Amino acid sequence: MTNYTPTALAGRRLPNRWDGAALLLVMGLLIALVDVGRGTISTSIATIQNSPIHLDPAYLPYYALRSTARMFAALFFSLLFTFTYATLAAKSRRAGMVLIPILDILQSVPILGFLTFTTVFFLGLFPGKVMGAELASVFVIFTSQAWNMAFSFYQSLTTLPNDLQEASRCFRLSPWQKFWRLDVPFGMPGLVWNTMLSMSGGWFFVVASEAVTVGNTTFTLPGIGSYVATALAQENLRAIFYAIIAMLVLILLYDQLLFRPLVAWSGKFRFETTATVSGPEPWMLKVLRRTALFQDIGDFLGGIMRALTRLRLALPAKAQVSENEEPSRLVDGLWFAVIALVAVYAGYRIFSFVSGTLHWSDVGTAVLMGGFTLLRVMVLMVIAALIWVPIGVWIGLRPKATRIAQPIAQFLAAFPANLLFPPVVLAIVYFHVMPDIWLTPLMLIGTQWYVLFNVIAGAAAFPGDMKEAVANFHIRGWLWWRKVMIPGILPYFITGALTASGGAWNASIVAEVASWGSTNLAAHGLGAYIAQATAAGDTPRVVLGVVVMSCFVIFINRILWRPLYAYATRRTTLG
Amino acid sequence: MDQNVSQPLVTVRNCRQSYHKEASADLVVLDDVDLTLHEGEIVALLGRSGSGKSTLLRIVSGLLKPTSGDVRWRGEPLRGPAPGVAMVFQSFALFPWLTVQENVELGLEALGVKKDEREERSEEAIDLIGLGGYDTAYPKELSGGMRQRVGLARALVVHPDLLLMDEPFSALDVLTAETLRTDLIDLWMEKKLPLKSILIVTHNIEEAVLMADRILVFSSNPGRVAHELKVPFAHPRNRFDPAFRQMVDDIYGIMTRRAPKPAPAATARTGFATPLHPVSTNLISGLIETLYGAPYHGRADLPALAAALQYEVDDLLPLGETLQLLGFAVLEEGDLILTETGKKFADAETEDRKEIFTEQLRANVPLVNAIRAVIDQRSNHRASAVRFRDELEDNMSPEYADETLRAVISWGRYAEIFEYDEEAQQFGLEEEDEEEEA
Repeated sequence: MTNYTPTALAGRRLPNRWDGAALLLVMGLLIALVDVGRGTISTSIATIQNSPIHLDPAYLPYYALRSTARMFAALFFSLLFTFTYATLAAKSRRAGMVLIPILDILQSVPILGFLTFTTVFFLGLFPGKVMGAELASVFVIFTSQAWNMAFSFYQSLTTLPNDLQEASRCFRLSPWQKFWRLDVPFGMPGLVWNTMLSMSGGWFFVVASEAVTVGNTTFTLPGIGSYVATALAQENLRAIFYAIIAMLVLILLYDQLLFRPLVAWSGKFRFETTATVSGPEPWMLKVLRRTALFQDIGDFLGGIMRALTRLRLALPAKAQVSENEEPSRLVDGLWFAVIALVAVYAGYRIFSFVSGTLHWSDVGTAVLMGGFTLLRVMVLMVIAALIWVPIGVWIGLRPKATRIAQPIAQFLAAFPANLLFPPVVLAIVYFHVMPDIWLTPLMLIGTQWYVLFNVIAGAAAFPGDMKEAVANFHIRGWLWWRKVMIPGILPYFITGALTASGGAWNASIVAEVASWGSTNLAAHGLGAYIAQATAAGDTPRVVLGVVVMSCFVIFINRILWRPLYAYATRRTTLG
Repeated sequence: MDQNVSQPLVTVRNCRQSYHKEASADLVVLDDVDLTLHEGEIVALLGRSGSGKSTLLRIVSGLLKPTSGDVRWRGEPLRGPAPGVAMVFQSFALFPWLTVQENVELGLEALGVKKDEREERSEEAIDLIGLGGYDTAYPKELSGGMRQRVGLARALVVHPDLLLMDEPFSALDVLTAETLRTDLIDLWMEKKLPLKSILIVTHNIEEAVLMADRILVFSSNPGRVAHELKVPFAHPRNRFDPAFRQMVDDIYGIMTRRAPKPAPAATARTGFATPLHPVSTNLISGLIETLYGAPYHGRADLPALAAALQYEVDDLLPLGETLQLLGFAVLEEGDLILTETGKKFADAETEDRKEIFTEQLRANVPLVNAIRAVIDQRSNHRASAVRFRDELEDNMSPEYADETLRAVISWGRYAEIFEYDEEAQQFGLEEEDEEEEA
């Protein structure tokens, strides 16, 4: 399977002042959201009809359909966002200076912490209508999908091959034609891969965003997530079991009908000059390609698409490049000043928002809690590495095992882990063990698979001639791990570990507190801190918690993962 | 050829292209270049890499705006890609996700040509260029030669007056390149191409003499038109014709002639103004051995040597210049002649060779000494490569600075004058050296 650099790693090392400004802007925006949300909190909730959730499994297909529809709605908006935001950031130097750090920060914000406020915000937009709640849910899924898609597209746009750009200009394609003929196709493989990863990650948020408690009202949308929430509240283990089965079927369908065909299809756009041997064609793609009916439909849709993209829609564009034109210093200066002003204003708003109720000691508490969660994430990563690296290497070195295990690992990574929480919680309640320790594994239950399937990919990609050389020199045991295998899979492992640890931070908000009926469990940590503040309606502390968590994630990406990844790719590749 | 056409297709006057540098003077890529293109002629721009010939091609195409100078297309000032100009790229620049036909139709789509006409014209171009039957293939299914045929068809389908070719055959193997050249010239002679003129950029001397009616030879650093030659031979040309060989030989002579370089004394002494080619020490040894042995016995004709080694002039000249720089050989009127030191080197054993190389390096490449001197001055015996790169960039383009630094690192390592830590980008000394110093 193709391995793409995760977007959090591949970005250029950006100057810090832009990061600072971006952090302020993002947080200011979120606070504005909260402000608006708080203003409307009292009016809208009570008036909305709460649709009851039935635990009868016969309803599950319908609920699954509703959840999937939300997923695709979010995907649509994510694509729209990707095409506009990334294009703007790539084509305009000045816009890119701000937009890209903002995207970098947004990637690290645990959006689950804002679930309540975004829900209230959207309910406020459509008072008394279910539309608001639907949009709120879609928005949460959107925030889990959009950032890495936009990042991937931006990276493609900045690495467009020079000769193709020149050819486009030389043959005088209009910007609209160039976008569809060059920009989008070139970005397609990375975009499809990231979209599919986003979709996989999205199931987690679908489940989390359908049942939202605002104040005293729990608001439920028909869907699998609400079904599970209701089952939890009613202590109905059988229903949870049904939900898990339904989810398995849903993801299996998504995997077979969409993920695999799309990724295989996007190989067509891979920018390479030699035909590569690719794996077997997914059966769904075969059906689509070889069935007359599907072909007709495809041709029809393709024809419309082609006609649209062929339109000139010419805007006056600069076709001639002047390489010695200096960008205007004056405009640059004005632009910097505007950004600085907005950032200062955002900083002021953040300050005034939290200063009324918060004390410096609160910051200390939040950071301390962050430390606990950090410790958890680190310990989990070590344990996951110890378990999955040997297994992954064992599988990856055996092509037959790889063919069987790799799709399963990818499949498991898409499975929303929050559905597996109830059995664990039940066990903790039953055995009376410490939640501080035993709630911890929940954080990694869903994301550990990223470690596994990346390690498998790394081991499978290990060059055959090097394997032979290693066998020839009788390198075995610890030496084999130290000098051969671990360096060989390092970039892959780091890719997986970064994804897993990032997911773990986000999951901590739902994993550090858990409930079964009327029993509530809580561990010490930043996730629990945010979750409890949310439950208590203590907005300033939610904001503080989210800011601290974002900072933790950003710092760890910058200090640990990015240098490690750079080191690994530099040291372990020839040339 | 008929040269008495009223108006030239392209005129370029006093064209200058430079890149702005903050620290020092501007880097000049093209300096005071004039070019006139008439209908009915094939003109070749011949020069080493970095001589600015591709830059000039991009200026003529309207893709690039020169720093100063006047560029006219049919008498009108050129602002952006002109409708009557099409380009063929060295890398083919085909869109891998489009089929052959879709690639060919691209330029017509941009012109807003209707579907029926588009299909008719692309079919015509595809057949003309010998691609019939490949319409629905994707570029990656084709060989290099077939891909460049697609590139040609794509350019011809828009019926341009001027065809620009940027090293069109240099990414192909020798035989394929020959076939494509011949096919193109045949079509040109039979007047089957919808073209008025061809401008081709190349670093291959034989290619220029085979194809062009007129050759502009460029000198490097900064790029200037050093010579203009008319090629008097009729098509089809025979590359084994003595007159043909003589012309190739003459151009080799022109291209190896050293341009007098007035460099300020201070920088000349430290060597920061001399660009170096990152030629590996294995290649240096290999070439010296080849020159020393039969059939050359210390003296080789460059065209013959290039043919024997299957090198293009762009590969061979940097090598020859490096030998000359290190005092192993001299370049004279298209010949490469081994010096006494060079002969001594060829006779020596591995360890002695290293010693000779070190001597020559220290004597002829002051930059190595400058780096060693800085390392010795430092108490920790380490020096950052960044400062040397910066100093080099004050005197040459970043690409040249990078190549020069790579050359110095590779040679200095081989000669064991210093060590280099790629990770930290630092020069240092070997352990034992450090102890000696202490």
